[in-house]
Amino acid sequence: MSTTNYDPRILKAPHPVPGAPDNWKRFFSFNTDAKVIGIQYIATSLFFLLVGGLLAMIVRGELITPPADLVDPSVYNGLYTMHGTVMLFLFLFPILNGFNNLLIPTMIGAPDMAFPKLNAAAFWLVPVFAVVLMGSFFAPGGPASSGWWSYPPMSIQNPLGHFINGQFLWILAVALSGISSIMGAVNFVTTIIRMRAPGMGFFKMPIFVWTAWAAQTIQLVGLPALTGGAVMLLFDLSFGTTFFRPEGGGDPVLFQHFFWFYSHPAVYVLVLPVFGIFSELFPVYARKPLFGYRFVAIASFGITFLSLIVWVHHMFYSGTPMWMRNLFMATTMLIAVPTGVKVFAWLGTLWKGNLRLNTPMLFCLGGLFNFIFAGITGVMLATVPIDVHVGNTYFVVAHFHYVIFNTIGFGVFAGIYHWFPKFTGRMYYEGLGKVHFALTFIGATLNWLPLHWAGLLGMPRRVASYDPEFAIWNVIASIGAFMLGVASIPFILNMVSSWARGPKAPPNPWRAIGLEWLLPSPPPAENFEDDIPTVISEPYGYGLGHPLVEDEEFYVRRSLEA
Amino acid sequence: MTSVNPDLQLHHTPGHVKHDGHNMTGFVIFLCSESVIFLAFFAGYALLKLTAPQWLPDGVEGLEVRMPLINTVVLVSSSFVAYFAERYLHHRNLWGFRAVWLLTMAMGSYFVYGQYLEWSELTFSLSSGVFGGMFYLLTGFHGLHVITGILLMGLMLARSFRPGNYDKGEMGVASVSLFWHFVDVIWIILFLLIYVWQ
Repeated sequence: MSTTNYDPRILKAPHPVPGAPDNWKRFFSFNTDAKVIGIQYIATSLFFLLVGGLLAMIVRGELITPPADLVDPSVYNGLYTMHGTVMLFLFLFPILNGFNNLLIPTMIGAPDMAFPKLNAAAFWLVPVFAVVLMGSFFAPGGPASSGWWSYPPMSIQNPLGHFINGQFLWILAVALSGISSIMGAVNFVTTIIRMRAPGMGFFKMPIFVWTAWAAQTIQLVGLPALTGGAVMLLFDLSFGTTFFRPEGGGDPVLFQHFFWFYSHPAVYVLVLPVFGIFSELFPVYARKPLFGYRFVAIASFGITFLSLIVWVHHMFYSGTPMWMRNLFMATTMLIAVPTGVKVFAWLGTLWKGNLRLNTPMLFCLGGLFNFIFAGITGVMLATVPIDVHVGNTYFVVAHFHYVIFNTIGFGVFAGIYHWFPKFTGRMYYEGLGKVHFALTFIGATLNWLPLHWAGLLGMPRRVASYDPEFAIWNVIASIGAFMLGVASIPFILNMVSSWARGPKAPPNPWRAIGLEWLLPSPPPAENFEDDIPTVISEPYGYGLGHPLVEDEEFYVRRSLEA
Repeated sequence: MTSVNPDLQLHHTPGHVKHDGHNMTGFVIFLCSESVIFLAFFAGYALLKLTAPQWLPDGVEGLEVRMPLINTVVLVSSSFVAYFAERYLHHRNLWGFRAVWLLTMAMGSYFVYGQYLEWSELTFSLSSGVFGGMFYLLTGFHGLHVITGILLMGLMLARSFRPGNYDKGEMGVASVSLFWHFVDVIWIILFLLIYVWQ
């Protein structure tokens, strides 16, 4: 090799795509194209949505009657633990990484991620830890059954004495998931910092990129704390240390600190990209610029910062001293400020907008409605007296699911429908989409709204049997849960049939503004390749009539030619 | 696609994305994240030490400081040695780089050996209460990083024999060097926590 400076085209994010673009085999290979990896993430996590949903339906089937009759109470413990773990680590985290992979490079005009091989390796860890986690069903003594938070001393019991047990595999799977997430986070942040299109300053980035950046920052700062705690838990479980064993001088509450230092912000890792999806979709379907773009962008990092100093609100009844409770009550309530800025901006965007109510917009509106509700119960839970009263009841379960499914899940579905034409090159069927939305919204409301009442009346969570006075709420909730199960049928039907034989999608079916919409549908292997547009305006210029990039007609015509 | 219609004319200068230095950015981000694991362990150590009903296991008075102090001096000074190796490479003096780089590796290896000697003389084990667990967890986890650093340095050394490998820049060496400084700084905090604060 010569001593001259390298030609940027040699180092240009490399890799010929074998047999692209219609070669389905690439989805089953170690492919380094971010768009292939994104679809791999999304397809894998949707499969695990079904697995986690099946576990949830067994749980709801058990709870439809007061006594523990469908499954044994000890099996029930394993079921809800695995339901939570699968939904978080195999559905939500991977699916949002799928969005990151599809959207970050295309939205900032990069040919690929900064480290394509690392990216592919991060994805292929997902099936590996999925196998480890699913394998724990066959471990002696069954899967982990101490809840998704794995508090000691429950989680460091090993009554059967096998070295490889359900809890051991659970910790291993969570650790692998953490490695995969850190690999992803390093990649996403580097890509955003270094690979933006010419002219795209930070305040010309789409909000999804802002929120993904804010979320991945949380991963980088918070996740190692959980990994540290998980290592210590593993040592306590398997190698005789006593970090969390009171009888050996250890402190079980220390694990709660490690766990919540990450796992509370983890909810923001999930919800921030969904805020990004809301911020992308409302302007498109209201035909108006995003209200208060800069405030929405900055509020993302406000949430990141605050999310790292609120974790003790999960421990108000863990013997936490009063001054600490008050302090964390205050910080928790502060989060309502940047979040409120965003909600206000979305409402301001919708105000007097020309709303188009297609499937993605319906999911967005449903998600926003549910999120406002979840925010109100969230502020209630942040209040120490209320939390001490309703802690460990179904009120917490209901609040959590209003955030995690009714907001984040809705946002994920909105994103899937919105960008489906872009990345598959096909249109989905609007009718099936609307059926999916109606079933999901009604099912989710029936499922979790009544559980607020059950919780306020004092129904404890994580128990297979309950007092008959709570029966009515649980019957309604179970009907809602089964409805959500049914809702997956039109969704799967829509996705599979549309991708196989849906009408061909134009490059910009929604008349949206953004770099990804200047690409053909589906985008070629390296997006804009060597010909990256120069960004000249802020995003979301709906109705303003000025172009987003220099020489915009060239890109529009090129995307139509492809 | 890429079969662009020849009628389509480009009316602007095509943009290029800079690819130089991604690796360093990514590596610095990774190190920031990695440091949080250590911070978590340090916080756990401090909390347990302050609150545990019994800190030292029965029959253990404390830790000997002299040997670990020598070890510390060797490890910390190896960071400066690594810096000089980098300077040699910067001035394209490959043999100077190899010699000084090897010295850094030797000092790191001496540290690992000293750590091994210390471990083998201790009267408590991993399962001797919170102190035993914390001591072996922290020194062991740090030791793994030292060994990783030595292996990475070995890789960089081997690469220097590939003709022209470092002509384009010293990215790998710069990263490994940074990693080595990181491992050193962590050790200084760890030394203060475990050996000085007894």
